[in-house]
Amino acid sequence: MILIWLLVILIVGGVGAWYAERRHPLWPRIIALLALGINFLLVATLWLSQGSPFAIAGQGAWLVELDWPWIAHFGIRFHLALDGLSLLLVLLGCFLGLMAVVASWTEIQYRVGFFHFNLLWVLTGVLGVFMALDLFLFFFFWEVMLVPMYFLIAIWGHERRLPAAFKFFIFTHSSGLMLLVAILVLVWTHYQHTGVLTFNYFDLLGASLDPNTAFWIALGFFIAFAVKLPAVPLHPWLPDAHTQASTGGSVILAGVLLKTGAYGLLRFVVPLFPATAFDYSPVIMLLGVIGILYGAVLAFAQQDVKRLIAYSSISHMGFVLLGVFAWNPVALQGAVMQMLAHGISVAALFMVAGALQERLHTRDMGRMGGLWSKAPRLAAISLFFAVAALGLPGLANFMGEFLVLLGAYQVNIAFTAAAALGLILSVVYALIMVQKTLHGEAEEQRRFADFSTGDMVAMGAMILILFWLGLYPQPVFDMAHPALEGLQQWVMEPSRQN
Amino acid sequence: MTDFIALLPWLTLTLGSLTLTLVVAFYRQHRLALVATMIPLLLCLMMIPIAAGVTPHQLPPLLIIDQYALFYTGLILVAALAVALLAYSYLQGLEDQPEEFYMLLLLATLGATILAASNHFISLFLGLEILSVSLFALLAYPRHLRPSLEAGVKYLILSGASSAVLLFGIALIYAELGTLEFGRLSALLNHGEISSNVFFLAGLAFIIGGLSFKLSWVPFHLWTPDVYQGAPAPVIAFLTTVSKGAVFALLLRFFIQVEGGNHPPLTVMFSLIALFSILVGNLLALLQNNIKRILAYSSIAHLGYLLVALVASGSLGVEAITFYWVVYFVTNLGAFGVVTVLSSPAQEKQNLEDYQGLFWRRPVLAGMFTFTLLSLAGIPLTAGFIGKFYIFTASVEAALWPLLLTLIIGSTLGLFYYLRIIIALYRLPTAEIERVYPSTLPLTGSLALALLALLLVWWGVYPGPLMQFIQTVAMTLL
Repeated sequence: MILIWLLVILIVGGVGAWYAERRHPLWPRIIALLALGINFLLVATLWLSQGSPFAIAGQGAWLVELDWPWIAHFGIRFHLALDGLSLLLVLLGCFLGLMAVVASWTEIQYRVGFFHFNLLWVLTGVLGVFMALDLFLFFFFWEVMLVPMYFLIAIWGHERRLPAAFKFFIFTHSSGLMLLVAILVLVWTHYQHTGVLTFNYFDLLGASLDPNTAFWIALGFFIAFAVKLPAVPLHPWLPDAHTQASTGGSVILAGVLLKTGAYGLLRFVVPLFPATAFDYSPVIMLLGVIGILYGAVLAFAQQDVKRLIAYSSISHMGFVLLGVFAWNPVALQGAVMQMLAHGISVAALFMVAGALQERLHTRDMGRMGGLWSKAPRLAAISLFFAVAALGLPGLANFMGEFLVLLGAYQVNIAFTAAAALGLILSVVYALIMVQKTLHGEAEEQRRFADFSTGDMVAMGAMILILFWLGLYPQPVFDMAHPALEGLQQWVMEPSRQN
Repeated sequence: MTDFIALLPWLTLTLGSLTLTLVVAFYRQHRLALVATMIPLLLCLMMIPIAAGVTPHQLPPLLIIDQYALFYTGLILVAALAVALLAYSYLQGLEDQPEEFYMLLLLATLGATILAASNHFISLFLGLEILSVSLFALLAYPRHLRPSLEAGVKYLILSGASSAVLLFGIALIYAELGTLEFGRLSALLNHGEISSNVFFLAGLAFIIGGLSFKLSWVPFHLWTPDVYQGAPAPVIAFLTTVSKGAVFALLLRFFIQVEGGNHPPLTVMFSLIALFSILVGNLLALLQNNIKRILAYSSIAHLGYLLVALVASGSLGVEAITFYWVVYFVTNLGAFGVVTVLSSPAQEKQNLEDYQGLFWRRPVLAGMFTFTLLSLAGIPLTAGFIGKFYIFTASVEAALWPLLLTLIIGSTLGLFYYLRIIIALYRLPTAEIERVYPSTLPLTGSLALALLALLLVWWGVYPGPLMQFIQTVAMTLL
């Protein structure tokens, strides 16, 4: 039941926030905080209440499950479940939701209620994606999150928000349609073989496909997830969307939404089509490597702070792609860690960039500089997150990238070496950003407010998490381990047969 | 006696329109006319379950009353009710007698319901003409206004031409097979009574051409945007749903009776029409700045989607079509409903700028409009998504890969213009347009819109029962 509550709280909270705007503009913010906070606590309690945390092996990794009939005619069920992997991502989603509310506390000034409505509904879709075990339901949530995100960009974004919002929607929706067709073909092929019409994940895992069909279906799945991730040739929507969205929108988009693509690859693409995934893994890993280098190089070339962070996202998510398709325990743990670390660090960077824009009314790094003297807190925090993003050992990003490289090394040495170059490039762009924004002389004299206590609390929480994940990541590994092991078992068995 | 029971809905509707005529002749009062329209429509709806008790019932040779016919009849009646409610406030702005509007509406509804039940070329033609003739008058109803008069005349001429084409097709088929009954056509064809396929196929092509005018499929679509633009909004709501829905229902029955799937030239023709309708409809809609024109082109595309399901055929195809029609009715009535509620005969709100920032003044109305547009685009939480899912499923089952690709391209193109309208709704308004809107919303119109929006969400989230129902309906046809 807890699973349905997670969704209901957000849905009702969203409507409540919209309605409560009439009373006072503060109410929507408080309601959003409450809804996300309750969700966060619910999931955290679920995690901490596990007796011997995550010692369960294999398919017993599911902590809670909920399975209701929904559309009987097509064998579609309302099937949600949480395992360690989903739980981590749900926690991340709720946490970054809270951060997004904090980040928009002063930034969003009009239609506050509707903003928080959209924020909560995006997160509903995201949590649904992380929990759905019915392919139709998965697709349903996959599409549900698009419309509110579109509004978040199109209504509260920056100067060129409309084209950016369009691009985001067109890319994600058209790739989503391919996903739909792929799901339908998979379901129908399974139906023709077995006579059972079902969208259930577990039933479809065992579907026997001839390699040709499997290739096309897998391609449909892969494109949809690669657009969201984004993998390199499918990325053009991302820099615009990230740059133009308001801070809260960017936090959600980069921190949480991109993870749905990675999650889809982990949960669906490889387990459903192990043989195809194995055959094409060199190509996909190459895409990952290209993404790492391409994103880093372009990040280096940006003048706009948010664009820089957006391109760095492409680079970081390249590691996730590399890790997932290396498909060994170390690389997978690395990919999960990288997802969490990137979620936190990029969200924090966008919040910093948002704070800068709010104060300076520009995102152009050429017009920044000299922040150290004016806003020491803000500057110190920016430096911390920039360093985290470049992968300083001891912080979460390093842990993720290191494990991915370690895992990928066992599979393909050349790609690993090339990907490792990305680490150097990330140092370059992160330091350029620090150099241009923080150091040097200020261009003009401006009134400049430093971070408030509320901001510091949010930032402090994120700093702590990055330290925690970087220094003592074992709980996360323990939590993700059974889930990842379960996924791998599925892959091992059928791939042997093929 | 069974004949009588089976015909109850049609009898009620006929009597209702006669009564309305008499009422209007003796006592002109707008509200009374509305009531006198609603009562027969509601009565007729109540007759449907009664008539369903004796189905399937053949009234030789003209009509067949089965669950399929009754289902579409019900759909048409509900749409007519919604249009009447929407039109009420719209017509109050008319500087003319509004009462005859309802009479024409009832007659057009009657024609549409006959189409849904017809099983014979004669009843087809009768139903079609009752529907079309009433529509000419309805389209040109605000007769002092040039645009609607123009729309009426345009529809009249093209509709007349299409009827002629249709008749020629019927004549060719009659010449070849010697029967006008749908049911006997396939039997004759299967027994090899046919000397050559040419006459039969040419006849089919002409019939489909004639019907395609009404359904505004490419290349018979040229009238659509102009007529949509000029005519009164509630009439367009009626035309796009009831008229097209009834003709399509008939076409589907005909297609299944002559076992259209077994005639490769026919499926090829339909595939091409579908392909071009989807692409042309969506592409041309991109270029428009007028909401009614956008919706006109989008309806061309949607009929293309439906045709894909028709090509897919099979039980799933029929279900998909029927489900999609329900969705299409609700979404289009909703979309044109919003336009109607904001418009009056003298001042049709149809430019994109008129809708700029609607959300900030009328959040509820803009919310509903957003919902109907998202449903047209096929986004989840709306019934349109389930409809699209159904059509995709049917075409996957039938392995129509090129058409599926067209569907994907079409839906993506569609997003561009739906999102354009949506974003206009949410833009910050400028000061000048502020004053143009009426201060209160009409009660009847809002009621109809609220119901439609509710249905959209309900069927979008929980479509199971409706699917089950439609499955039984589709069974009766096959």
